[in-house]
Amino acid sequence: MLYRTAGQFKTSYRADQALFPIRQDAFLLGVILLCAWVIFPLTASEFTFQTILTPILIYSLAALGLNILTGFAGQLSLGTGAFMGVGAYACYKLITLMPWLNPVVAILMSGVFSAGVGVLFGIPSLRIKGFYLAIATLAAQFFLVWLFEKWAWLYNFNSSGAIQVPNLDMFGLYVAGPQASSMTQYYLVLGITCLLTWICINLTRGTLGRTWKATRDMDIAAELIGIDLMRSKLTAFAVSSYVVGVAGALFVFMWRGAAEPNLFDIPLSFRVLFIAIIGGLGSVLGNYLGAILIVGLPVVLNTVPRAIGIEIDSALVEHLNIMIVGTLIIFFLVVEPHGLNQLWRLIREKLIIWPFPH
Amino acid sequence: MELLNEIFVAPFADMVAAPDFLLQVLWEGLVSGVLYALIALGFVLIFRSSRILNFAQGIMVVFAALTMVGLHEKGVPAWIAVALTLVVMFGLAVAIERAVLRPLVGQPDIILFMATIGITLFLIGAGEIIFGGENKVMITEELGIPTGDTVLEPWGGLLILQHGDITVVLVAAALVLALLLFLGKTRMGRAIRALGDDHQAALSVGISLQTIWVLVWFIAGIIALVTGIAWGSRAGVSFALEVIAYKALPVLMLGGLESISGAIIGGLMIGMLEKLFEIYWGGPLLGGNTESWFAYVLALLVLLFRPQGLFGEKIIERV
Repeated sequence: MLYRTAGQFKTSYRADQALFPIRQDAFLLGVILLCAWVIFPLTASEFTFQTILTPILIYSLAALGLNILTGFAGQLSLGTGAFMGVGAYACYKLITLMPWLNPVVAILMSGVFSAGVGVLFGIPSLRIKGFYLAIATLAAQFFLVWLFEKWAWLYNFNSSGAIQVPNLDMFGLYVAGPQASSMTQYYLVLGITCLLTWICINLTRGTLGRTWKATRDMDIAAELIGIDLMRSKLTAFAVSSYVVGVAGALFVFMWRGAAEPNLFDIPLSFRVLFIAIIGGLGSVLGNYLGAILIVGLPVVLNTVPRAIGIEIDSALVEHLNIMIVGTLIIFFLVVEPHGLNQLWRLIREKLIIWPFPH
Repeated sequence: MELLNEIFVAPFADMVAAPDFLLQVLWEGLVSGVLYALIALGFVLIFRSSRILNFAQGIMVVFAALTMVGLHEKGVPAWIAVALTLVVMFGLAVAIERAVLRPLVGQPDIILFMATIGITLFLIGAGEIIFGGENKVMITEELGIPTGDTVLEPWGGLLILQHGDITVVLVAAALVLALLLFLGKTRMGRAIRALGDDHQAALSVGISLQTIWVLVWFIAGIIALVTGIAWGSRAGVSFALEVIAYKALPVLMLGGLESISGAIIGGLMIGMLEKLFEIYWGGPLLGGNTESWFAYVLALLVLLFRPQGLFGEKIIERV
């Protein structure tokens, strides 16, 4: 009923290839964007910004980056956390070496460094495949985190070994550091996330995206039809690491405020991987759904029992949380291995043909 | 020039100057190498029979060790605690097969891999709730593991062999031998290998997938318990033990995911080489703690030349 597609005729290839061939999809996106840009910021509290809205956006962006590599180009990576770290440390160095630099420019530039590192660690993918490659990306994970710890230049020889985000202002408004307001930071994250998502959607729909998908589906066949595998794989590593690096910079500068090397350790990589997989590999929307689930779940577990009057020890909540996330991962994999994105696709399909089942 | 000297000359000069210290380093490396090999063997068995890279192997080590120590704290005698832990690990294998593997048959590799990460998280949470997160002391004496040491004096130097370490090496070697015999000589063992060679063919001659899966996960559980006891007696039992799984992954890369002998040789190689590198190069030149990544970088370099690992099956691809 609400999703009736009858009467929406396509009269050109262009219209058929449009991002939203069905009017209702575009309308739905409009509603979501309206919520994100206007309604949530007007109604959200400081707590909501800090624990839900901003982290969801940052994690979605990181998962989107990983999804380009794993979901679209088929190269499994377990080193996302370390690449986020490269973005964060690059941004920190840029800001402290060139304090006059616009923070947004610095954040967007920091992705370039993680892209470079990503390509470097992507080179083995030309020879190594599947799980071997996944374990190989762990080399990046462990090596980079070790480097963040040992290379004192990266954190300006700070005695604590951690990076601290300074107060940064842009046109007289504080955007990072202790003095920045959560709402400014949220808008900044939202802007960058929207921009990168838009770019990524179009990249995955274009020629580059099609070569990635061909590589993912069968790389030998892709090579036979004339796709340059080296270019395809390395561009996937570069674009993916760029997005992940920007997400890492946002993670530290717009949300955490400070970072130690072990923040980028393997649990972060897995967190992002869960989001990408629960959301659905090879989808863009799925990253957002997955992030909402993974970020939102602990908050729900923390607040709901208290709200209905059950007092649970906070350590127990944390452990229960881990257990439930583990169970949920298995549950979702069993119920819908293609992720939340597939679930939405099925619902949409049902809505379109409703009320007739066929 | 100074740097070249530091890299290419000085370490070797040190080795020649103090051969007893070199032997000590190699021995320490051998002991950890044996444990890496054991864990890697658990990975290989599960990978061969079900194409699952079992990420939960590391947490199974922790879980087994915690269960045993926890039972002992409740007053259960040490050896009965071991037996009960084996029962628990068997229960775990059955539960995993029922709840996770069976519904996921035929899914892509990455989905199964993610499922084992799900198992890992579940076991971390469950372990913390049941046993608490604090560091526990492994019950070495109650299990009859000797604690003294033997001091040898080769070339007038000093070489200290902990009796506990010797026991670990012997037990691990015995376990590996027993496993090889089991795989080579028994009906069940042959069934596991058949499943590893060709799933469909094995199924068509009547090998039960479910039974074999429970069996290999149980074997992985036994391996986890032994590794847990061995590693726990050196470093205490805590969730930090989980990192041992990350140590076994480069062993798998080096030795090949399917190769049993590769896991053993790879484990020993990585155990010794990473100690050597840490002591003679990593510590003085790079500020130490290189053990966290050395094995990975080594394995990566080997893979660049042999993409299937040193002993893996040659990858033949058809379109």
